[in-house]
Amino acid sequence: MLQYARWKYILVAVVLLLALLFALPNFFGEDPALQVARKDHSAVTTDAAKELEAFLKERSLHTGQSYIDSGRLMVRFASVADQLAARDAVNEKYAGTYITALSFAPRTPEFLRALGLRPMPLGLDLRGGLYLLYQVDVNAAVAQALEGYAQDARRALAAAKIPVKDLSTVALEGDGRPNAVRVVLAPEADAGAARTALGQALQGLTISTDTLPSGATITGLMTTAQIRERQDYAIQQNITTLRNRVNELGVSEPIVQRQGIDRINVQLPGVQNSAEVKDILGRVATLEFRLEDMQNNALEAAQTGRAPLGSKLYMHTRFGRPVLLKREVIATGDQLTNATSGQSQEGPAVNIKLDARAGEAMLKTTQANLNKRMAVVLIEKRRETTEVDGKKVTRDVTDEEVINDATIRGVFSNQFQITGLGASEARELALLLRSGSLATGIYSIEERAVGPSLGRENIQKGVTALIVGMAGVFLFMAIYYRTFGLVADLVLLANVVLLTALLSMMRASLSLPGIAGIILTVGMAVDANVLIYERIREEIRKGVTPQAAIRAGFEKALSAITDSNITTLIAGVVLWVLGTGPIKGFAIVLTLGIITSMFTALMGSRALLTLMYGGRRKIARLSIG
Amino acid sequence: MEFFSHQTSFPFMATRKVWYALSAILVIVSLVSFFTRGLNLAIDFTGGVSAEVNFTRAADVDAVRAQLTAAGFHEPEVQIFGSSRDIAIRLPPDAKQTATEVRSRLEGALKSVDAGAQVVQLDIVGPQVGNELRVSAIWALFFTLFFIFLYIAWRFHTWRLSLGAILAVLHDPILVIGFFSITQTPFDLAVVAAILAVIGYSLNDTVVVFDRIRERFETNRRSAPATVLDESINQTLSRTIMTKVVTSIVVVALLFLGGSVLKGFSEALLIGIIAGTYSSIYISSAIALDCGLTAEHVFPTVKKAALDQLP
Repeated sequence: MLQYARWKYILVAVVLLLALLFALPNFFGEDPALQVARKDHSAVTTDAAKELEAFLKERSLHTGQSYIDSGRLMVRFASVADQLAARDAVNEKYAGTYITALSFAPRTPEFLRALGLRPMPLGLDLRGGLYLLYQVDVNAAVAQALEGYAQDARRALAAAKIPVKDLSTVALEGDGRPNAVRVVLAPEADAGAARTALGQALQGLTISTDTLPSGATITGLMTTAQIRERQDYAIQQNITTLRNRVNELGVSEPIVQRQGIDRINVQLPGVQNSAEVKDILGRVATLEFRLEDMQNNALEAAQTGRAPLGSKLYMHTRFGRPVLLKREVIATGDQLTNATSGQSQEGPAVNIKLDARAGEAMLKTTQANLNKRMAVVLIEKRRETTEVDGKKVTRDVTDEEVINDATIRGVFSNQFQITGLGASEARELALLLRSGSLATGIYSIEERAVGPSLGRENIQKGVTALIVGMAGVFLFMAIYYRTFGLVADLVLLANVVLLTALLSMMRASLSLPGIAGIILTVGMAVDANVLIYERIREEIRKGVTPQAAIRAGFEKALSAITDSNITTLIAGVVLWVLGTGPIKGFAIVLTLGIITSMFTALMGSRALLTLMYGGRRKIARLSIG
Repeated sequence: MEFFSHQTSFPFMATRKVWYALSAILVIVSLVSFFTRGLNLAIDFTGGVSAEVNFTRAADVDAVRAQLTAAGFHEPEVQIFGSSRDIAIRLPPDAKQTATEVRSRLEGALKSVDAGAQVVQLDIVGPQVGNELRVSAIWALFFTLFFIFLYIAWRFHTWRLSLGAILAVLHDPILVIGFFSITQTPFDLAVVAAILAVIGYSLNDTVVVFDRIRERFETNRRSAPATVLDESINQTLSRTIMTKVVTSIVVVALLFLGGSVLKGFSEALLIGIIAGTYSSIYISSAIALDCGLTAEHVFPTVKKAALDQLP
């Protein structure tokens, strides 16, 4: 007699029904779509959505059903041609209001979407797009913080009129990175008063007093926890800036996330022009407004390579001739409150707004220097690695470029225009300025770009391999094990559904190695069935009754099944923990696949076989090949 | 349908010297190749640039190479792959250039050969990332082997079986690495993932065979160990081959239909599966026998001894 507890039937049925529901959104495919978001980040209203749709209908573009998802309007299109035409139309008409991004809208029915069920997101290798890994210079952030403390200390001591022999940031740990501010007092200084004066300036640091041969010293130490906190802050600030810049680019479903201690990974699906994007994302840019030195000849200075006192020579300019600028900076990029691109009588322009302090300085300068020239210097930081004596030496390089040099036509304070740029240049510069300069330097250390056609090809290949591989396995099992083989096929199918459901629930993005993992899972999941069926065959050969053979098959194969799966599970988990990107995707699929296959092979197939051969019926022989 | 209509009785143990020799030769060839020729490491590990470019007409490889050299790239590797309009470019790491510069110079050089050239895929990996990926791949291998050894030591009670399993586990990835070294097939991150999967998966058969050995020893304490091992392998042979054939079906589908991205990955899996099947049938049990495995080791008569051997 063959029996199976009722609760186990129920468990199997419930799990599989839920799995089917969660996996369902993956089978509807996608439509080309246009994502429309408001430039000011507020949500798109239903009225605005209706207006946009009416506008597109007017242009006789075939829109499908549209919907608003987290404040952004998604409009579907019947074809990619319509999608592209719609983007151009919207960009042209609503340039100031909306940002558009090409996207895909899943064809998931409304009731599934209402339940929050979504298909697995596709990885960049399947969708096409750009992957960037940035290194954040967290140590610079720490050094910057220490420098701030040092400045405060200097000011406090000067205010208290305490003579100082030396005041600098020092490295008190072996790694040679500064982690403390050290003040060496002059012999005549009052150490107690100095300490009181420094209490406020070095607040938060661990202060210690000491007498070294060089004199009495006061040291403010940044603890490891404080350093870590400062580094975390730098990363967070960079992530926020990168997110803003990415949003400005109008990419649909971008990912900006921290990776490890000091890295940020950025994934931009569908982005094709990586050069422009990278340029905008990776730039640590700030501006300086300076007056031009009109008394001296820049060409002469360029020939001798020496700038007159009080001026600085800039060889690198957008307009191709060297220029001499006054050393005093009128305003800097961090005093900028807004920058937008627009049109002026002289062509494309960037409208700039400064904060009050910079506005004041600008007012004074322009009053005194009417009809003289003022230049804008774009300062960008990047990292350069060179080989010295076989060792790689990395250093930070600052590129300074004079991007604009114009006559001061009128007195202005905190609002003015920069002209003389191309249309795309103006747009890019405004974007760069507006999204804020990055807190500390970031450097792209890895870049992977996949064209959209390659993405489609990869999906096609992956899906074809999946279908052919599964069909091969199904056919082989059916021939080899007859009815039992068909049972195994059903169980395998249930396994794939369960795996898809789990991956969809986890919102783990599917990559090509992930698809390979699913295919491999199908191949490996058969093993559990084979172990059981071979056992059943052996029992039958021994002359046991069919039902007893089934029971014995399941019971005796159990230890071999768990044992043999555990080893693969070990490899899967290690890869999950240590792997990154697509490899992690493969590991997730492999690990989950082993778990789901054990469930379906042990519980699912047992339930099915008991339904077929259970009860008190007499069965002459099993159809097991 | 069955592969073997009757219970087979191949004399695996009696012929084991032959299989040892075969394995030894393959392992030695693999190791020699690995240490002399090394691996054709992909840019995942070396850093550098890898690009796939689609031309509007048949690509002139020499012209592309010349233009790339003129653009200041050292030793560009240019190859035709797929159709004659598709080329693959590989450039060694150049620490002096940022990714953006590399891209614009690369595109410039390509456009001068064919104005309609399109960069379909571009990977730029900094030397630093390459180093880290190499280190993390080695750690992944190390951890996987470590945990599997731990598992084996706990699972098989006697070191004789453990040693057999460990040698079989080491055997398979060595042959896979040997294959990649001899053929100089590009060795990328996906191949490492495949090797880890192989390490886990190849043990699978050994575990099933050993499971059966334990069971047989329990029922036939008097039989000669060699006979018990032979019987155990023969009894599980149908399952071993069946499982591997089915897995091979999907891996072959991946190999031929999965495209270039998954080629190395599926090759590593296929070779690993073949090596794994071979080692679990011919090697792992034979080693246990040569270490003097008897029923006593698996099921000691004195209960106390059994407790002592548990971890």
